[in-house]
This record gives sequence, C-alpha cells and structure tokens, in this order.
Amino acid sequence: MIWETVRLAIQAIFRNALRSILTVLGIVIGVAAVIAMVTVGQGSSDQVTADVEKLGTNVLMVLPGAGRMGPGNNSVSAALDLKDVEALIDQLSSVRTAAPYNQTTLNAVYGAEDARTSVAGTDTRFLDVVDWPIVQGRGFLPAEESSGRAVCIIGETVRQDLFGNTDPVGETLRLKNVSCEVIGLLEAKGASSFGTDQDDIVLIPIKAFQRRITGSADVSMIYVAAADNASTDRALVEIETLMRERRRIGDGEEDDFNVRDMKQLASMLTGITDVLTGLLSAVAAVSLLVGGIGIMNIMLVSVTERTREIGIRLAVGATGNQVLLQFLVEAIVLSMIGGVIGILLGLGLAAITSNIMAIPFSPAPSIVAIAFLFSAAVGVIFGYFPARRAARLDPIEALRHQ
Amino acid sequence: MAAPTPVIELRDVTKVYGHGEAEVCAMDGVNISIASGEFVAIMGPSGSGKSTAMNMIGCLDSPTSGEYLFNGVQVGKLTQDQHALLRRNYLGFVFQGFNLLARTSALENVELPMIYKGMPAAERRKRAREALAKVGLAGRESHDPSELSGGQQQRAAIARALVGDPQVILADEPTGNLDTKLSIEIMELLKKLNERDHITIVMVTHEEEMAAYAHRVIWMVDGKVESTGTPDEVFKRGKQSA
Ligand SMILES: Nc1ncnc2c1ncn2[C@@H]1O[C@H](COP(=O)(O)OP(=O)(O)O)[C@@H](O)[C@H]1O
Ligand SMILES: [Mg+2]
Repeated sequence: MIWETVRLAIQAIFRNALRSILTVLGIVIGVAAVIAMVTVGQGSSDQVTADVEKLGTNVLMVLPGAGRMGPGNNSVSAALDLKDVEALIDQLSSVRTAAPYNQTTLNAVYGAEDARTSVAGTDTRFLDVVDWPIVQGRGFLPAEESSGRAVCIIGETVRQDLFGNTDPVGETLRLKNVSCEVIGLLEAKGASSFGTDQDDIVLIPIKAFQRRITGSADVSMIYVAAADNASTDRALVEIETLMRERRRIGDGEEDDFNVRDMKQLASMLTGITDVLTGLLSAVAAVSLLVGGIGIMNIMLVSVTERTREIGIRLAVGATGNQVLLQFLVEAIVLSMIGGVIGILLGLGLAAITSNIMAIPFSPAPSIVAIAFLFSAAVGVIFGYFPARRAARLDPIEALRHQ
Repeated sequence: MAAPTPVIELRDVTKVYGHGEAEVCAMDGVNISIASGEFVAIMGPSGSGKSTAMNMIGCLDSPTSGEYLFNGVQVGKLTQDQHALLRRNYLGFVFQGFNLLARTSALENVELPMIYKGMPAAERRKRAREALAKVGLAGRESHDPSELSGGQQQRAAIARALVGDPQVILADEPTGNLDTKLSIEIMELLKKLNERDHITIVMVTHEEEMAAYAHRVIWMVDGKVESTGTPDEVFKRGKQSA
C-alpha cells in the first residue's frame, strides 16, 4: 500500500510538473544554500589546517606583551633581544633552532620600478624553522649576519614586481635609503590562510635591519622550531619557564610575553571560519523554512483545486486516512525531490566556489544526510496540515465542487 | 418463510439542511425498501430530494432522523471508516457528470477502487481490463477522459463502479448528459449488469424512457415518496391525476 501511495504521489507530481517545480524551488534553494555554505566552510577550514601543517606544526612564536593575540603591548613590556634567541637554542633541549624576526613595510626600488613590500630582518635559521628553500643564489653568510651587511633574499612576488625578466641575483635594490644586494630568491609559497601573499617579502640580516632601518636592538618576535623528539607542548612550557627567568618575573606575576604555537593559531582561524559558516548556514536554514511554508501553501491550493478528485476517491471507498496518507506522501516525496536537487546543486556550487577560491572541495556526508532528512521532515511538517484538510473533506461537498 | 432482508431499507428518514430561516427539508419521512436484485428508478421533479436519497443510500450523507439499514445493518451506528469500507466493498457509484479523474487513463480510473482495497497491481490491471471490456471499451484502456466521448466516459465510470463486484450500483442521472441513443446504450448496459450479474441497481432519472428499464419506480415530491409501482402503473397514475 505504501509503495502504491508513493507511486501515486510521483504520478500526481509529474502530472502537475510546473506547479511541482515552483513548489520545490524554495526547498531546492534552501538546501543548496546550506550545502554550499557548509561545504565551502569546511573546505576553508581544511585549507587553514593544511597551511599550518605546511608551515610546520612544530613551530612556535615568542612575542613580547601579555596580549592574547597580535602585537600591541610591546610598548609597555620589555622587548626581546638577540640574546634571548641564543638562550633558547643553547639552554633548551626541546628547541631545535630559533630565529629573530622583525618586520615592517617599505618601498623597495629597483631602477624605475618600485613596490611596497614586507621587509623582515632575520637570519638563515628562520628559513630552517619555516622550512623555506632558496631556489636561486644563496642564503646569508655568517659574516654578513654578524656584520649586518646590507644583502637581501627576495620572495617571488618581489622578483616579479621589480625585476621582471632580469635575473635578480647580483642586482641591487633600495629599501628606504639602504642599498641592498640581492643574493638569493625564495621558493614561491603562494597566499597564506591569512590571505596575505607570503612571497611579497624581502629578508635582510637582522643586524642590518636593527641598525639601518629601525635603529634599535629590539627583536619583536622569535620563531622557534621544537626539537624532533620534543612535543610543542613541552617546548612551550620550557620556553615560558626560561623567558620568565630571563625577564625576572616573580612567582604569581603574569607573563609579559607570549608563546604561541601554530596549533593554537590554526584552531583560532578554523574557529573564525566555523563561526562564519554557522552564521551563513543559519541564514540558509531560514530559507529552508520559507521553502517549507511554500510547500504548505501550494499543497493547500492543491487540496482546493483537487477537491473534486478527493470526493471521487472518497466515493469509491478511500478512507480519510488513505487520502491523508496520499497527500502527506505527496508532500514528502516532493520535498525529498527538492532536497536531492538542492543537494546536487549545492555540491556543484561548492565545487565551483572551492575551485575559484583554490581551497579543497570537502563535501561532508553527514551534512548531505542531514539536509536530506531535513527536507523530508519539511514535507511531513508542512504537508500534514493540507493533507488533514483533504482527508476531512465532506465527500458530497467535494463531489459537488466545480 | 420470512421475507429476505432488503439490501436497502430507509425507515422514516428525514434530512434537513441549514438552520432557521434557511432550513430546507430535503427528505421528509421517507420509507424505501429495495430487495436484492431489483432495478429501481427514483423519479420526481427537480429539488424533490432524489439526490439526497441517493447520497443517503450511498453512505455519503447521514439522516437528520430515521434509520438506514444496509443488509439489515444500521449504517448510522458505523464509523466513518466503516462507511468507506461499505462503499468500497458493496457499492458502486455512477454520476451524471461521470466524475472520472482528469489526465488519468481509463484503465487507471477503473483501477482506483481496487487500489484502496490494497489489491496487487497485476490483479488490478487484469480486472480493470475485464471491466472495460464488459462495458465495450476494450482498446481504449490508455485513453484519458478528454479523449473519450461522453458515452464512453460514462461507460468507463460504470466499469469503475462494477469492477469491485458491488452488490448495488447507484446511478444519479447517469444519462443526464447524454443524447437518447447513448442513453439507451447505457441503459442496456445497466440492464445487462442487473440481469446477468444480479447487481441491484438504483437509478435517478428524469426520463420515462429510461425509467421504463426499471422493475419499479419510486416517485418523489417535496422530499416525500408520493407513489411507487411498476413504471407502467406509476406513469398511468401520473397521467390520470394530471
Ligand atoms: N447541501 C445542501 N445544503 C442545503 N440544501 C440542500 C443541500 N443539498 C440539497 N439541498 C436542498 O434539498 C432539496 C433536495 O435536493 P436534491 O436531493 O438535490 O434534489 P433532486 O436531486 O431531487 O433535484 C433541494 O431543495 C436542495 O436545494
Ligand atoms: Mg439531483
């Protein structure tokens, strides 16, 4: 009987193809929106995780200031310095290597070309920490690092912007009033999950940066690579203990510096993505609700339109429940068809969007299943009222209806 | 030997529509008894309560007062679902306006009552074909109502009424929308069902020519049964009193 009812429902749906399409449009759009949102959201989360993994899950950062995130309290708390870097490397077994990192934004000029770019003062160990190979030329020599000679290693974007087809190695570019010989070119990395272009960078020896650009011996950040046999958690604790000692922070006093690992950063970033995904999905879910009301509306109209048909069915011996079931199944089948179309459409949209945004396409079976069940539920909830109305029609009135 | 129980027995049935000023007494103390195998025509002027009586007999409507017994069972004491079962298993309806489902083939229209019986599709199809053949519509199974003439539509409706092997076929002005030639074809068909398959037939008609096919005519006026008898008797009496 139930299969018979489903077959009848499908027949009725195709008999009124245009109306059926209009009826399910709301569901289709709602489901497609939810699926697309969630899938693209999941994709960007996956992208962040992948980025962070590429950067190295064993990477930590030490920053001055007690603030949770971002630079800010540097002015109130003492800056870091180069001795901190050496202390971390020499005194902690959980630290494989570390590098200072000061950054600013400057105009880089080569001949007639100029471009605003990130300039970072660091040393060769930084490239080791973040695992960034030089594809052309060489890294800083120890002599260049200790003397603070003005040499630089440039990223792919800077090469393109300033040098075009010229081989950059051996050329000289100008940063502020500092002339810098280009000694190496970094491998292209692409955009980070923060959305910044990681290749838009010029690296110079930290001492050159301190002396020629900021004029201070401060270090604003230290990149640390945990030892292979040590967890980042252990490294984090050891770094904190050592830094408290070096900065003479008494028991019970708050840290005036900050140690962060990439895992934290990743969870923060995915957290933001998740919140955004959640919000957008909620909006999409509202459109699903509207779709459900659309179904109810059209089903009610359909009951009125088909009053005579219902009368005939009752006259030939259908019980009220059989008519109820028929209309209910029709609503459910209709909204499930809408759900399936919506799922396919949503996945298609998500695939296209992921492709454009260059993030992984991550369809989640769970959300597909939920969307499908939800659309069926919409059919039950919004189909019940019209179906009950159909079942309660008075057969004589229904037959008399024109 | 006691008289066999009538199939249909209306005892002092009254039906009042509306309230107060708008009150209409569509049936007023009607007593009708129809035996199994009878072919009865209900006649009378428009508005005399014929359709109301048919709806009552068809368990589509319930009396304001009085009793309706179907095969001796008090219909008023049955539930709505039981009314549906009674229609499904014992009754077949033929309407003036045919009342076939639009955009649905003749075969599927005839299958309809059996769907609600829960009969398997193959069996249903077989029976529907047989019923269509019986009414002379073999070969028209896949046509939908808009592709059939009025007479053919009414035959399809009759096929639908008889497919469930009903005890009674109720036909409210079955030839009201048909010309005389087609009407006679329909009447011959009903007569055949009555004589050969022993289906009790209750029919409403305005035309004496059609009523002549019945064994008995019940003449209603103003919601009351005015007279009953063979067609000849009733028409003669009618002419004498006119
Ligand atoms: N549902 C209804 N509501 C109000 N009055 C009705 C209804 N059905 C029938 N009537 C009235 O009852 C009387 C009998 O109607 P009906 O049985 O249809 O007559 P017939 O079929 O003999 O022409 C008429 O006066 C009609 O107007
Ligand atoms: Mg009538």
